[in-house]
Amino acid sequence: MSRQSLLAAKGISKRFGGVQALSDVGFTIDHGEIYGLIGPNGAGKTSLFNVLTGIYEPDGGEFVFDGEPLVQLKPNQVADRGIARTFQNIRLFGNLSALENVMIGRHVRTHAGVWGAISRNQATRAEEAAIHKRAYELLDYVGVARRANSLAKHLAYGDQRRLEIARALATEPKLLALDEPAAGMNATETAGLRKLLDDIRRDGTTILLIEHDMKLVMSVCDRVLVLDYGKKIAEGIVSEVQSDPAVIAAYLGGDITFALKRA
Amino acid sequence: MHNLFDTRQHPRIAWTALALVAVTLVVLPWALASVGTAWVRITNLAILYVFLALGLNIVVGFAGLLDLGYIAFYAVGAYVYALLASPHFNIHLPFWVILPIGAAVACLFGVLLGAPTLKLRGDYLAIVTLGFGEIIRIFLNNLSQPVNITNGPQGIYLIDPFRIGSFNFAAGQTILGLDFSGPIKYYYFFLVMLVAIIVINIRLQDSRIGRAWEAVREDEVAARAMGIDTRNIKLLAFAMGASFGGIAGGMFSAIQGFISPESFVLVESIMVLSMVVLGGMGNIWGVILGAVLLSFVPEVLRYTVTPVQAALFGRTLLDPEVIRMLLFGLALVLMMLFRPAGILPSAVRKRELETPGKA
Repeated sequence: MSRQSLLAAKGISKRFGGVQALSDVGFTIDHGEIYGLIGPNGAGKTSLFNVLTGIYEPDGGEFVFDGEPLVQLKPNQVADRGIARTFQNIRLFGNLSALENVMIGRHVRTHAGVWGAISRNQATRAEEAAIHKRAYELLDYVGVARRANSLAKHLAYGDQRRLEIARALATEPKLLALDEPAAGMNATETAGLRKLLDDIRRDGTTILLIEHDMKLVMSVCDRVLVLDYGKKIAEGIVSEVQSDPAVIAAYLGGDITFALKRA
Repeated sequence: MHNLFDTRQHPRIAWTALALVAVTLVVLPWALASVGTAWVRITNLAILYVFLALGLNIVVGFAGLLDLGYIAFYAVGAYVYALLASPHFNIHLPFWVILPIGAAVACLFGVLLGAPTLKLRGDYLAIVTLGFGEIIRIFLNNLSQPVNITNGPQGIYLIDPFRIGSFNFAAGQTILGLDFSGPIKYYYFFLVMLVAIIVINIRLQDSRIGRAWEAVREDEVAARAMGIDTRNIKLLAFAMGASFGGIAGGMFSAIQGFISPESFVLVESIMVLSMVVLGGMGNIWGVILGAVLLSFVPEVLRYTVTPVQAALFGRTLLDPEVIRMLLFGLALVLMMLFRPAGILPSAVRKRELETPGKA
């Protein structure tokens, strides 16, 4: 490989009691690509996300992110290193406004401490203003600026998904990990999401995408990784993977080819 | 309340209201003193409760960590002051040295309590903090042997009042033709401290730190995924809350002149928590109101219940203490039924309860 990859995973394993959620999973994500992570329900996609973002500790294997290994980091340290995520079952700060949600995302890139807060010195005021401005920009970027002062929990479902992406982008990630962002969206919302993902990639953020909407995956991802029962069964560019017999078998008799034909 | 004091949107109304409040607060002790000096003392104690309630509000209201042992920090602050300014060890440091020490020691205890409870939430955290409060009290009760540190249940007496040079806060004095009694001097000092603490609270709430506390209260997993070091931010909440308690404790020691473990029982923790909940968790003004109400109403009852009963029935049927607890319980039940977010709910709690069932 001539250029260095952004994220390289090697031999990732995770066991929960008697269930081997992940066994020996390895892959690489290059700078600037949209990398899909697919597989049937229970294949281990979200487990892989949780191991990557420090919520679980892997039993074996390692991640090398941006040239340095991620070893036993806590979730907040992972975010600090530049991996931001969204959650499959949206986890916004529901009783705070959309704007406040994004402002909290700026926490890891700002520095004001107790003294700054109490004294409200020049630096803190400037930082607060910058946080505010950036949060508005991000809301505008994902298209929910008009709901800036609404409570996160009162936003429409699609807007909540977008807000979660804005909050994650506020941490200035190098890798944005999205866990089923299109779940529950209608066709129009999904089309809008696809455009948003393209924009994010164009603006320089690499994306790791878990998604069940095959049409979206196939249209937006450069490469995909297919998991089944915690094992990697295929990896590669979309056109190769979609004709892989193992993948077709995993999706129980050709769901995937059916979905692809429609796409 | 917010509109009334919003200096940006309605400057004229806001400044007038603020001026009125300021004048009232300045004149208040003289008005109270004309009724009886005891009322100035009661007001001073009420201010200390406001301190405590504001400190606890950081832990419970901002960061969402239920703490049932908060009075322990008050005790720590009080004992630090008592030990460093009394004949017990024959140490007599000035109060401006001891108050920061008390805050620091209480802060240390806050971290000590916070560290092992980081992974606990809700009921479990409440139980551990309750135990912590009791442990501190029992220690204070028993640390008289083999080395006499706290003087056990007898407590520590002859504690020094605040003094700056020859200016003694406890002694009466005529300044500019006005007779300042000891409690009135303390009142003004406490008032200045109170304003400072309120400003600190308001600024903390509306800051990067305040938002991080809110994030932890709302969803800890998401907060961590957003890069917030939840461990440090929770410890910070415990530490800040505890230091406020420590300062209030030192002030309590000084005005009372005598402290014993009996002043720091579980009921006191519950009382302070009730002030926070009744007033409006997370809303600084609500918490202040809750503390003022719960400090004054019992005292008013103490002075009115017996005469009223004597006038009505010719004898005392119910003890003031009984009536107090009865009314207090009734008030809490009614509050929970009709205004579950408190008298002055915080913006967040209000929204939270607007749409029940929708999380």
